[in-house]
Amino acid sequence: MKDTPESRVIDPGLDETIKKLTPEHIERVVQHVLTKENAARLKVYIDTCVHCGLCAEACHTYLSRDCDPDYSPVGKVKNTLWELIKRKGKVDGEFVKMMSRVAFTECAVCRRCSMYCPFGIDIAYLLMIVRRICSLLGVVPQYLQDTTNSHAVTSNQMWVHQDEWIDTLQWQEEEAMSEVKDARIPLEKEGAEVMYSVIAPEPKILAQLLGNMAQIMKVAGIDWTMPATDGWDNSNMAMYSGDFEVMGRVERLHWETAARLKAKKIVMGECGHAFRGAVYDGPRWLGWKFPPIPMVHAIEFYYDILKSGRIKVKEKFKEPVTVQDPCNTVRGRGLGPKLRYVVNELCENFIDVNPRFEHNYCCMAGGGTINCGPPWKRSRMVSNRVKAEQFKATGAHIVITPCHNCHSGIEDVIGFYKLGMHVKFISEIMVEVMDVPDELKP
Amino acid sequence: MPDASNWDWAVEKKTVADLKQLRDKFKGVHEFVVSPDGEKIAAPVVTEENSFTAAINSDTWPEMVELLWYLRFLPDGRLTALVRIDDQWTLMVDGVPWNERFEYAWDPRPCASGSAIGMMIKRDFKYGIAIDDKVWEEGFDGIRDYALSPDGSRAAATVQVAPLAEADIFAFSEGVWSIAVDGKAWDKKYLNTWKPIFSADGSKVAAEIRTDICEYSISVDGNDWNDRFGCVWEPLFRPQNGSVIAPVRKDGFWRLAENGKTIWDGKYNQLWQVKFSPDGSRIAVIASPEYGRWTIAVDNAPWKRIWEDMVLEPHFSPDGKRVAAIVKEVNRWTIAVDGNPWGEQFDMIWDPVFSPCGKHIIAKAERNGRFMIVADGKPVGPQYDALWDPIFSADGTKILLKYIENDKYCRQVVSASDVLG
Amino acid sequence: MYDFARGPLVWIAFAIFFGGSVYRIISTIMLAKKDKVILPYMRTKYGLRSIAHWLIPFGSRNMRLRPFFTIMSFLFHACLLLTPIFTLGHIALWQESWGVSWWHLPDTLSTLMTFIVVAGGVVFVLRRLSDPTVRMVTSFGDFVVVLIVIAPFVTGLLAYYQVFDYRTIITIHMWTGAIWLASVPFTKIAHMLFFPLTRAYMGCEFGYVRNARDW
Ligand code: SF4
Ligand code: SF4
Repeated sequence: MKDTPESRVIDPGLDETIKKLTPEHIERVVQHVLTKENAARLKVYIDTCVHCGLCAEACHTYLSRDCDPDYSPVGKVKNTLWELIKRKGKVDGEFVKMMSRVAFTECAVCRRCSMYCPFGIDIAYLLMIVRRICSLLGVVPQYLQDTTNSHAVTSNQMWVHQDEWIDTLQWQEEEAMSEVKDARIPLEKEGAEVMYSVIAPEPKILAQLLGNMAQIMKVAGIDWTMPATDGWDNSNMAMYSGDFEVMGRVERLHWETAARLKAKKIVMGECGHAFRGAVYDGPRWLGWKFPPIPMVHAIEFYYDILKSGRIKVKEKFKEPVTVQDPCNTVRGRGLGPKLRYVVNELCENFIDVNPRFEHNYCCMAGGGTINCGPPWKRSRMVSNRVKAEQFKATGAHIVITPCHNCHSGIEDVIGFYKLGMHVKFISEIMVEVMDVPDELKP
Repeated sequence: MPDASNWDWAVEKKTVADLKQLRDKFKGVHEFVVSPDGEKIAAPVVTEENSFTAAINSDTWPEMVELLWYLRFLPDGRLTALVRIDDQWTLMVDGVPWNERFEYAWDPRPCASGSAIGMMIKRDFKYGIAIDDKVWEEGFDGIRDYALSPDGSRAAATVQVAPLAEADIFAFSEGVWSIAVDGKAWDKKYLNTWKPIFSADGSKVAAEIRTDICEYSISVDGNDWNDRFGCVWEPLFRPQNGSVIAPVRKDGFWRLAENGKTIWDGKYNQLWQVKFSPDGSRIAVIASPEYGRWTIAVDNAPWKRIWEDMVLEPHFSPDGKRVAAIVKEVNRWTIAVDGNPWGEQFDMIWDPVFSPCGKHIIAKAERNGRFMIVADGKPVGPQYDALWDPIFSADGTKILLKYIENDKYCRQVVSASDVLG
Repeated sequence: MYDFARGPLVWIAFAIFFGGSVYRIISTIMLAKKDKVILPYMRTKYGLRSIAHWLIPFGSRNMRLRPFFTIMSFLFHACLLLTPIFTLGHIALWQESWGVSWWHLPDTLSTLMTFIVVAGGVVFVLRRLSDPTVRMVTSFGDFVVVLIVIAPFVTGLLAYYQVFDYRTIITIHMWTGAIWLASVPFTKIAHMLFFPLTRAYMGCEFGYVRNARDW
């Protein structure tokens, strides 16, 4: 195996776990996943790929690494899945470690490449198969595995205790009340129009976002609730670590919580992968063709309340801004135009990125990559030079990132490439510029 | 089930409270709850000084607290709420707080008989359960869920039995989770435990367990089933003989297992929320016979009719002969009985309520923000601003309605024959 | 040899081509049922929309990013498919055996198109050798496939210009053509069978399910 800075990264989730593997165990798991868990797509994609490399330029990791062939989408598949198939699963621990590194830290399963392959081969899906194998073998980057463990125990991704969750909401309700009169976070309100769900970093480290939402909901006059039980977290790193059983469990609870609260729809906070997990991967594993209850992403929700005039803007945000289209809301929902509507309504000076919409580059934090933790940060940064160049070209001061992974990922990129910009969620700008009617002023 | 025999089934309509008066009196009035017998309506209220109490009809609890929420009536009519006093949490029952105070307390639940109430608590960085003001002696590093025995004398919880350092995936895979019953943990540790549940006599506890990355099973009092499955869902005791039933996933399909042996050989794409008929002889469960299609399976026979959106838990009639469930298609809700959906759909619908004879079903439903009673599929009577689940009298001749209309909360007893036509 | 090639071989080749193609497509669709999450999401409109965008030159961003390759690739594929069907020599054979005929390409044009196919094949090979990204994922089989594909065109040219012994060449031409046909379902050339399937599926996952474009 090639000796590169990436192959030398120390991660107990890979280095220690491979020590316990036996060749028979690896072979059994590989065969199980290739023959029992996957069928048509795997076969057709492998058979159809003509090894043309046309997918290469889709990938930000490939572009950022001066077209290193190992980082082209098909190159990653060759180094991992093709070998597994060719060797019928007869590979050793070192190989498993390498494929775990490639699948988890060098591909963000962003699906940009399936828009560049003439056949629409879903390379991200193929790399998810690799992740699944790694997960069943227990060879997953430590921090990502820990996040999955958290999901398994708590149904949220940051080990948030139930008391911490409720306590934080009660605290943020108070905070919101000091900004907007009678702002509330109505807990466990059966029959509310909207159940609002978020991802665990909000109560854990970005609690003010919850307070922001309480203000926005009050001003917009939305009948909403949040659960005081597990099931409030819409995120799902188990989906990305390949632990589909835990993924399914988390999503089931999320949907059953909405059904228990008799909510007509779920509105979710600004997060991309959570949308994917809740709307596509989760329901499908559980057996729903589409999400059982309508799910509205924050971008769409903001679009609706701005367009309908429920939220009015007092004075637009002045500083020049640009946006990050989260893969899972743009390739995952086509929300590019709505995002721009929202940004233009809120901000005076918007400079768009290029390429944009479905063609936007991934932040290289999504797909579970940022959850692989500090050991892999440098590699992620090197893998996303094009993102830095893309933002630099806009000359904006603020990057609006309606996704938690993008938010952290872009912050990292800005720091690493010294772009001197800042990241903001839409809600942060919205509370700043929205018009609070006099009767709601505290 | 509340004991409705001594309720007032005579009066026809009574205006219990004027909610506008309540609103004028307080700075804030939160969500309303009503007592099972309908005689009381209550809400957490906020005073001008930003202190909280509960208002019941035209009264309030005498004691003011820093924060009050999760106001709920117990089946026997007692009113409870989680309250914060001097920066500590406890449960208030009919205005009187428990003696015990906690760093945090949440998710209070009555036992099936309604006589006892338990909740999860945190104290000195340890977690546990309190029942009726009595706290488990031993605390744990974490807690996620609990169950009370039917008579409320015992509790079982999913607990973390050893500390876990940050991101310690190795200790986690050794197992740090277990089930604690009455404060004592099982000897065994697992990667995960979920959904503890007591047998009808309260003597046994079953729970979902996870023993490896993709190895799931059921454990009863710490004795694990022999087989391991790709996944399992919540276990349930047979009411009569105490055997344990749970959906299990094998070769990518779901089956129903009893004491570890498959009893339903049908290959389901999904199977969850097992329910027994009152006499324990029949089983109904939410099932997906094929991808993307949902229905109810009764005794291993799925209903012919399927729904794509969502099917909620099955409900047996008191005689166990009929099964009803909430179903949704194209985002419109209704109820299906024995596989046949009602003709009309609603924006939202609540659980089906069987008449004591089992022949009729009524339910609360919502259309365009207004609420109504639906009887055997037909909306009947007026529409209300708010409405609670209707209740049949024991002989089935009367129905108790609890609703809000023009800012007044009313309790009304109507003759069942009027509603059912 | 010639007679066999002129007679049974053609039929065998066509039988393998059609039989094999139908088999592969049907077995793929059967397999897709096992995958559960494919067929329920297929919608004609979104499938065709995606296929159209990828069949029209420069219909996708990736094609616009590499104009030379796009033009070359389209010319190659178009000539590859059209030339054999509309070459006078081939139609004449049909006429002889079955009495059917159709419009044919002017000689010079079909020759030019044949040259394009051969040139395209050569460019593909050169690209495989020179571009490190493509080279890395190239296997020996990929060269064999190019060889199979351009062999009938090379031999066709040789026959047309009467290089070497005509009868020998034309026999080889027929054999290479038969191999070409027969290998469609069972080699990487099967990408021509799967293109509509994979493309339509992705088109539906993007368009029908996710309200997004995949071009
Ligand atoms: S990171 Fe995105 S573009 Fe690159 S290989 Fe993975 S899915 Fe494809
Ligand atoms: S995945 Fe598609 S674009 Fe990439 S090499 Fe294979 S066929 Fe070509």
